[in-house]
Amino acid sequence: MNPTDIIDRDYLREDIPEFASGDTVKVHVRVIEGSRERVQMFQGVVLRRQGSGARETFTVRKISFGVGVERTFPVHSPSLARIEVLTRGDVRRAKLYYLRDRVGKAAKIKEKRTERP
Amino acid sequence: MEMRQGACWHAATELVPGCDGRQRGSGSRQTSADAGLRVPGIGFDRVPWFDRVQGVRGSGAAPRIDYRQAKADVAKKAIVGKKVGMTQIWDAAGRVVPVTVLSVEPMRVVRLKTRETEGYSALQVTFGYRAARQDGKRQSGAKSAYARGRVNKPEAGHFAKAGVDPGERLVELRLDDVAGYEVGQELTASVLQAGERVDVTAVAKGKGFAGGVKRHNFSGQGAAHGNHKKHRAPGSVGACATPARVFKGTRMAGRMGGGQVTTLNLEVVQADPERRLVLVKGAVPGPRGGMVVIRNTNRAVSSSGNGSGAGGAA
Repeated sequence: MNPTDIIDRDYLREDIPEFASGDTVKVHVRVIEGSRERVQMFQGVVLRRQGSGARETFTVRKISFGVGVERTFPVHSPSLARIEVLTRGDVRRAKLYYLRDRVGKAAKIKEKRTERP
Repeated sequence: MEMRQGACWHAATELVPGCDGRQRGSGSRQTSADAGLRVPGIGFDRVPWFDRVQGVRGSGAAPRIDYRQAKADVAKKAIVGKKVGMTQIWDAAGRVVPVTVLSVEPMRVVRLKTRETEGYSALQVTFGYRAARQDGKRQSGAKSAYARGRVNKPEAGHFAKAGVDPGERLVELRLDDVAGYEVGQELTASVLQAGERVDVTAVAKGKGFAGGVKRHNFSGQGAAHGNHKKHRAPGSVGACATPARVFKGTRMAGRMGGGQVTTLNLEVVQADPERRLVLVKGAVPGPRGGMVVIRNTNRAVSSSGNGSGAGGAA
């Protein structure tokens, strides 16, 4: 436990589902355009989760028009409307950087057959 | 023509060729204040700080900063805290704000120092608690700089006189005026409010004997082009037979850090007297657990800082 957890606790979100690297998630991001606010989607594979407490972030990778796009979000950011876990990936490491070097079928992640408790 | 009359140093460029004592004395537009500052070939109006220098020298042309008065105004309020660490929070707009968490234990005023008796105004305060010395036992040595051993007899007497429980250490907080404070009074984080600007003073982390690259931001030397074991060397420290010595103050390797450092103009993000916490935006000198003094900012910097504050405040 870090001494600064006393502050972090106030800013942690309770509504974040459990997810890990390898999972495919749909991140609903609040985007403010002028005075209007709308929700934007970013769907892809979780490449990594990094950090702890209020500073924890996760990176989602997707292929957009043939180009790999990675976006990193703070897990507890208030600008995330929702995180939707679509599939659980069956992976053997915490950081899936190897996906960057792969395209097509080689970049496919097996789905976990048993759901986590 | 108007400019020339308003700013005397414009005349300097005209008089440059014969820049000697006689000319200086007879120069019709010169005042004694700026005659001494004249350097041939330099347009002083282009030096950004020149107005201020004029002001200090009393030419009357630029707004005058009364440094004696500024020095006398130390702080309106000050509190003592300990650095807990850094983390981040989100502001109302969903932006990340880097904050330093400071724990501010309730402080007890032990003594008032006034201009009449001590020549300056200050509060002597203590915080935390320290056990009384047990008779017959040797006093344990200092456990750390802040969690000290037991109270010895002179200290016990000093606290007893104030009628205050002995704290971890005694800290003096210089203030403009101590009127309104009294011995035994308790001060908490409620002294501060969110949005206020503060200066935070602490003893910086010691870096030991550090080289020029770390200590003075020297560039170091190249990795290639035949460089051999001189990658972080300082280079030359002076000339040759003239002056045949190294000038005083030449930047070199040496002890770095461990001195008192004040970070100016930090924004108070949150002051929570119930949890005894103060959050300030940005970094604060010193190690985690180190003692810090927080006082309302009272520097010339604050005027320029207000601009950044408008951008930084959510």
